[in-house]
Amino acid sequence: MKIELEDIYKYFGPVRANDGISLTIESGVIQGLLGENGAGKTTLMKILSGYQPADRGTILLDGRPVHFRSPADAIAAGIGMLHQDPLDVPAFSALENLALGSPGGPFLNRARARRTLEALCQRFGFALDPDAPVSSLTVGERQQLEMVRLLALGVRVIILDEPTTGISAPQKALLFQALRQLSAEGLAVIFVSHKLDEVRELCSRVTVLRQGKVTGHLEAPFATDDMVSLMFGQVLGKYTRRPIPLGGVILQIEDLAVRSHRLEVRGIHLTVRAGEVIGLAGLEGSGQRLLMLACAGLQKPHGGRIILNGQDVTGQPYPTFLRQGVAFVPAARLEEGLVPGLTLREHFALAGNTRGFFIRWEEAEARTAQMIADFNIIGRPDTPVEALSGGNQQRALLALLPENLRLLILEHPTRGLDIASSRWIWHRLLERREEGTAILFTSTDLEELVEYSDRLVVFSGGKMSAPLDASRVTVEELGYLIGGRGL
Amino acid sequence: MTWRARLVRLGIALAPIGLTLVMTMLILLLAGADPFEAYGNILSGAFENPKKIADIAVAMVPLLLCSAGMLVTFAAGLWNIGVEGQMIAGALMTTWLVESLTAPAGVILPLSVVAGLVGGALWGLLTGLIRTYGGVNEIFAGLGLNFVASALTNYLIFGPWRPPDGATMSGTDPFPPSAWMPLIGQTRASLVSILLSIIALVGVWLVLRGTYWGLKLRAIGRNSRAAQRLGISTHRNMLLAFIVCGALAGLAGSLQTTAVYRRLIPQISGGYGYLSQLVVLLSGLRAEWVPLVVFFFSAVQVGSPRLELRMQLDSSLGGILQAGIVLFFLLVRGFRERWHAPEKMEEGDGPIAY
Repeated sequence: MKIELEDIYKYFGPVRANDGISLTIESGVIQGLLGENGAGKTTLMKILSGYQPADRGTILLDGRPVHFRSPADAIAAGIGMLHQDPLDVPAFSALENLALGSPGGPFLNRARARRTLEALCQRFGFALDPDAPVSSLTVGERQQLEMVRLLALGVRVIILDEPTTGISAPQKALLFQALRQLSAEGLAVIFVSHKLDEVRELCSRVTVLRQGKVTGHLEAPFATDDMVSLMFGQVLGKYTRRPIPLGGVILQIEDLAVRSHRLEVRGIHLTVRAGEVIGLAGLEGSGQRLLMLACAGLQKPHGGRIILNGQDVTGQPYPTFLRQGVAFVPAARLEEGLVPGLTLREHFALAGNTRGFFIRWEEAEARTAQMIADFNIIGRPDTPVEALSGGNQQRALLALLPENLRLLILEHPTRGLDIASSRWIWHRLLERREEGTAILFTSTDLEELVEYSDRLVVFSGGKMSAPLDASRVTVEELGYLIGGRGL
Repeated sequence: MTWRARLVRLGIALAPIGLTLVMTMLILLLAGADPFEAYGNILSGAFENPKKIADIAVAMVPLLLCSAGMLVTFAAGLWNIGVEGQMIAGALMTTWLVESLTAPAGVILPLSVVAGLVGGALWGLLTGLIRTYGGVNEIFAGLGLNFVASALTNYLIFGPWRPPDGATMSGTDPFPPSAWMPLIGQTRASLVSILLSIIALVGVWLVLRGTYWGLKLRAIGRNSRAAQRLGISTHRNMLLAFIVCGALAGLAGSLQTTAVYRRLIPQISGGYGYLSQLVVLLSGLRAEWVPLVVFFFSAVQVGSPRLELRMQLDSSLGGILQAGIVLFFLLVRGFRERWHAPEKMEEGDGPIAY
């Protein structure tokens, strides 16, 4: 089956997730789809597999236009997708999950499902217990089950979205072998990933996305340099900024361990001085956020110590961190930073002095007007924050920060913003260094990391590297480091 | 706004009323009754004489108090279904006071109000503690405590507060006259109750509009995570919201004992706690709409028993009217939001997710 995606557009509010993507996929090929998080890969694949409609554009199967209203439509047409997080029913057994999606009468045909499951498992060397509840399976096994389910439904195109996240090395080898086998049998396999090594190992063709657009198509064998430059964009000249003398130690991290349900990073050591900017590099989900949350007092570390302004604050509640002059600016502005439904004025009233009973509206109004002018926010005091554009929401978040911070932690401070807004925001952030504020930030934009950091640390493979002098690292070198390859 | 947009808005506002009338009309036709005669009976039953109008005021008091309280918890994003229990707790505390203290009216009546506030506040606090520290959803915590409060009432009526000549479902012995709230003329309405309920609603309106606490509650209700990041203590403020809501509901319960029944009866809360949920939903969580909705609900409440007398219809038609209008209101709003809502991004979709 030949799949042609023509001129696919999908916007989410101001975010252009897919901005005119065209792509052709032949059967019998393992097609890689490479790009950073947020490049639009998942959105495109969800459109192809019927989970969401495109705003504009056509999908052709063997030259015929198709419109999928649901994943079931897409499966009926032979296209199935394996999600980053398996979408099965955890309380059911493997067998029941398989039977659940099968066509047929109102009754579950367990015997037939069992035969199908066993045959497919044997073919690919999967060892799935049909009667085990899905909740007892590992991520890799659930993925195998989902693959078996799609194949039992007769799909001819199988899409895998970051399938190697959270699975073991033997499971990965088994998965790759199964995918090669499927493509040899004439199925089209679409492998979505941001990991260069995996794409190189598995794919025969790769399409690279960046900021919702196709930046290039490559045929195997792939040169890593080509992939890196297509993924992260061209290398620009560095932004020069005034060096400032560093002050005393603000943050000291000793042998810190942070963890989430799928990741643990141990042995983190870092010392940050007043006025210093530290960039946290790495693929998203490599532990940068965990470290930031720990430093902001929003998540208790699993081990080690955090010393702020000379005081051990490990395990202290969030207000203690606030009092020590720490602020965290999240990437999810409307989820974690601002309160949708409240106006700018109400935000500034809350962020100011809230002593007393009645709101001092004149004070809030004056502050709001001043901040709107100061931070070039396009909005009025009575504008609800959700009505602001992404860039203005970011400006509002920065305007809400207290003065004289000791440590400012920023998650993707310029994500989704155009270059002018980004430069402006960095200008304001770097000003804060002169008050002795230390800055910790993450970004997926390598240029931003190299340009604005004094030192860089790289998260990869469950570890954080020793700090590097940012002025001696190029964007390409950083790309290699992030992809888990040494210099 | 253009005339056309205005008309559409008016249509959307009136649609729930129209749909409710259509639905009840169908029910009445199926029951073989004349719908217009039924509506007429409800109206005349509610408004035919000043005494009836005073009855409407009597029904409005607990609804206003409970709705005022619930505006506070709703502002903080909490579904305080436990208002019913908080009302009962206020009634129990008041009865306990009356049973254990003999004093002139000038002493006991103000104290009874305080007892109602305190009883409800404690019950609300309990709900809040279970919610914030026990990790139990406030709907289940509240519902559970409603049953506890109701069982406690029965135990007290049939146990410690049993009348000397034997306990019955009609409740405790009447309170001594010193614990009777004075009534207006020959009606059943109490001026004190009416004033207290007005003060409560206006107070809540002021708090939610113009105080730091009200603003913090609204921030918590709309995005507790962001509110916390702004340095607002979510737990403490939620508990305070439960306490304030409980206190107002408790006052409602207390006034039901001292001003309406003049004793403790098994069903002292009378479903007003649940009804006020509907009031608050129908007023779109806005204090300024609450009096109108409460008035409508109370008029239906007072008028619908006439259906039984005159037309041999069950008076529960009143309940169907009340609930129907809320359902259709929520449905119409839901549809409107669906049409206008932008698509949401899912996690993993792109730049905003992490």
